[in-house]
Amino acid sequence: MFPLNNPTQKGRRSERWSEWAIERIILASGLLTIVFILLIFTFLLKDSLPLFKVYPLKAFLTGRDWYPISDPARFGLVPLLAGSLAVTLGSVIIAVPLGVAAAIYLAEVARPSIRESVKPVVEMLAAIPSVVFGFIGLLILAPYIKSLFDLPTGLTALTGSIMLAFMALPTIISISEDAISAVPREYREASLALGATQWQTISRVMVPAALSGITAAVMLGIGRVIGETMTVLMVTGNAALIPHSITQPVRTMTATIAAEMGEAVQYSEHYFALFSIGAVLFVITFAINFTADIVLHRFRRVGR
Amino acid sequence: MEKTACIIDVARLNFYYGKFQALKNISLQLESKKITAFIGPSGCGKSTFLRTLNRMNDLIAGARVEGKVLIDGRDIYAQDMDVVELRRRVGMVFQRPNPFPMSIFDNITYAPRMQGQHKGLDDLVERTLVRAALWDEVRDKLKSSALSLSGGQQQRLCIARALAADPGILLMDEPCSALDPVSTLRIEELMQDLKNEYTIIIVTHNMQQAARVSDYTGFFLSGELIEFGDSNKIFTKPDDKRTEDYITGRFG
Repeated sequence: MFPLNNPTQKGRRSERWSEWAIERIILASGLLTIVFILLIFTFLLKDSLPLFKVYPLKAFLTGRDWYPISDPARFGLVPLLAGSLAVTLGSVIIAVPLGVAAAIYLAEVARPSIRESVKPVVEMLAAIPSVVFGFIGLLILAPYIKSLFDLPTGLTALTGSIMLAFMALPTIISISEDAISAVPREYREASLALGATQWQTISRVMVPAALSGITAAVMLGIGRVIGETMTVLMVTGNAALIPHSITQPVRTMTATIAAEMGEAVQYSEHYFALFSIGAVLFVITFAINFTADIVLHRFRRVGR
Repeated sequence: MEKTACIIDVARLNFYYGKFQALKNISLQLESKKITAFIGPSGCGKSTFLRTLNRMNDLIAGARVEGKVLIDGRDIYAQDMDVVELRRRVGMVFQRPNPFPMSIFDNITYAPRMQGQHKGLDDLVERTLVRAALWDEVRDKLKSSALSLSGGQQQRLCIARALAADPGILLMDEPCSALDPVSTLRIEELMQDLKNEYTIIIVTHNMQQAARVSDYTGFFLSGELIEFGDSNKIFTKPDDKRTEDYITGRFG
């Protein structure tokens, strides 16, 4: 019935082939990211596990001293973990309320002309290299903190928290603003038409509806903070001590790896210990992302 | 029209979107506890007119109003008019059902809660849902998400939500245009039922609907109110040639 060399038939077949090819390419890219994650984790483990042949895991996880080059060396993770925790928690406490408030302002309150000019500037903040933030922290913020709290040094967990908050803000603001702006206009109209005030509309309808996006923004912000290295290396004072207050110097896990990797002898205990820190860091960020994912899914289900 | 029954009095109303004049010199009076329908082709200004009655047009940048709109004798565009209070008095149902992504219960109680009422909400929910002819369908799932309802149910929920704010006037902006015929019929029945207590103003594309439900009808064309009067008269022997052309389907 149809001639065999029917051009439309032929065209359709090649189209079907390219569909198939594109599908496979996309699938391969997806799988590749999983492979990367697995490989990274494998290499981290490969270079960190040898430590525990000579140094007990329990002592690593619960040790309160980090003396990598004393004899015998002590690789206690707790002060580094505490340092990371203090700096991250501090910056989250500063950045989340500020960031979400700024996002609400930009999405709901600001005139379009203001939004159009402020948002690019906020996003530009993300483009500033972390070493520049460290520089500003070192030269401007640290002396101020020192005199404000009358401290022996301005290089403290608080200094790091403030600088990291600045670095997390653009992520939190930008993604939260997108999430709030993506809430259907109909919700706002419905709320206002019911006689709700602008603030009630924002707090009871717009923000709850955008909560999954805001949560994602906050998690990404935390991810940026916990993995940040250069700034904390420069402004937190690098004392591997368990801090009793936020105005004491600390040293984070990332800063430890960055500072000591250069001097650690390859395949020494110290070298393996640094990789172990990396593995712990990886597990922490993985847990944060995983929790964020679960939270997001739960919100989505309630929203349906 | 008796003066005492008049609830909305519009005088020489002009409305502009920037330079575009969307409403031209509209003057009319709407009667209490009746259904008034506004018909007309797309872009004729009927929805814009509806939105001037609860000042929803305030949200649009560059919008400007001239003239007077009196509701219960008060100029709603006066300096001292509280928009929040106005919108509690004048409820609105939108073209597409827009329940909040919350439970059915929380949707209904939204307006009362925003007004600070936290007691007697269970009674209020039942009463309002019964009023909106939705109670039997949702009584067992008040805690489930409003978005799990069908389109017609969602629209009745939106009507219930508006009623829970205790308005005297209900604006409906093409409330059935996204619904199937059966749901449409249910909403029309509901409107007839609500007429005893509320003043209903509906904008519709559907002339049969206007003829079926309304007591009065106004015909808009290019921002002008061409003809306004008794629905029976408008749909049987309109005074204006343009109204007749539109109703008989010669354009629109």
